[in-house]
Amino acid sequence: MPVNPDLVGREFPPTPPYLVGREKVREFARAVFATDPQHTDPAAAQALGYADVIAPPTFAMVVQDLTLQQLLSEPDSGIALERTVHAEQRFRYTRPIIAGDELTARLQVTNVRAFGKGAMVTSEAEITDAAGAHVVTAISVLLIGGEE
Amino acid sequence: MTSIEVGAIVAERTVHLTRESLVRYAGASGDFNPIHYRDDVAQRVGLPGVLAHGMLTMGIAVETIVEWLGDSGRILEYGVRFTRPVVVDAENGAELTVVAKIGAVDDEALRVDLTVSHGDTVVLGKAQVRVRAAA
Repeated sequence: MPVNPDLVGREFPPTPPYLVGREKVREFARAVFATDPQHTDPAAAQALGYADVIAPPTFAMVVQDLTLQQLLSEPDSGIALERTVHAEQRFRYTRPIIAGDELTARLQVTNVRAFGKGAMVTSEAEITDAAGAHVVTAISVLLIGGEE
Repeated sequence: MTSIEVGAIVAERTVHLTRESLVRYAGASGDFNPIHYRDDVAQRVGLPGVLAHGMLTMGIAVETIVEWLGDSGRILEYGVRFTRPVVVDAENGAELTVVAKIGAVDDEALRVDLTVSHGDTVVLGKAQVRVRAAA
């Protein structure tokens, strides 16, 4: 099944709230070789004016991934994980993610473009906090290869 | 803050990746695609070897500038293209080198351009960070 062009404009329900834990931020920071204490030491983050440790910038992917799972499990998407390559990634921030945040993501497919036998699919996940305020928008371009 | 002239190198580092790094990132991020830790699967799907997660490379790259920034909350926008794979050898791992240079300056923001290399190969395209100008 080829990628369904009708995905464009499709909006998905908001993901269940994701509570950002301090130890999860520390674990992620270690995994991306983020050694600055603002990611691991609450006192260092508080000195910069934040309530708790600051997640590394690409931590937003952990929340965005919940939306990509929605996209992959859409029965008519035509997107098969084994033929999918991550081609581009972008984040637009209003503020950094902080431990204690409760985040919800809402996905929208913004573009499907034919690319050889396959397609390039652009999706945007708008990530908001418990008050509904914007935190970060995560934009992915996935390259879905054509079937042999 | 010292010089923020276009072309100035503001930070650089080299990170040595091993298979353990990939497993650690898989656990931290939730991305358990086996091409990032299983040679047999990587080979079966036609890859040159087990690859680092693109998002791991992206994450390592931007962290290079955080100490220089002072506050990572100054980052307004960050984008990359994943142009070349990073093969992580089971024995020898892989070295990633990140060089961060000022690409553009205006009143409100700076653009920092990241060059991320594995050996002689640049692995990310248009890796650019927009950063709020320091107060």
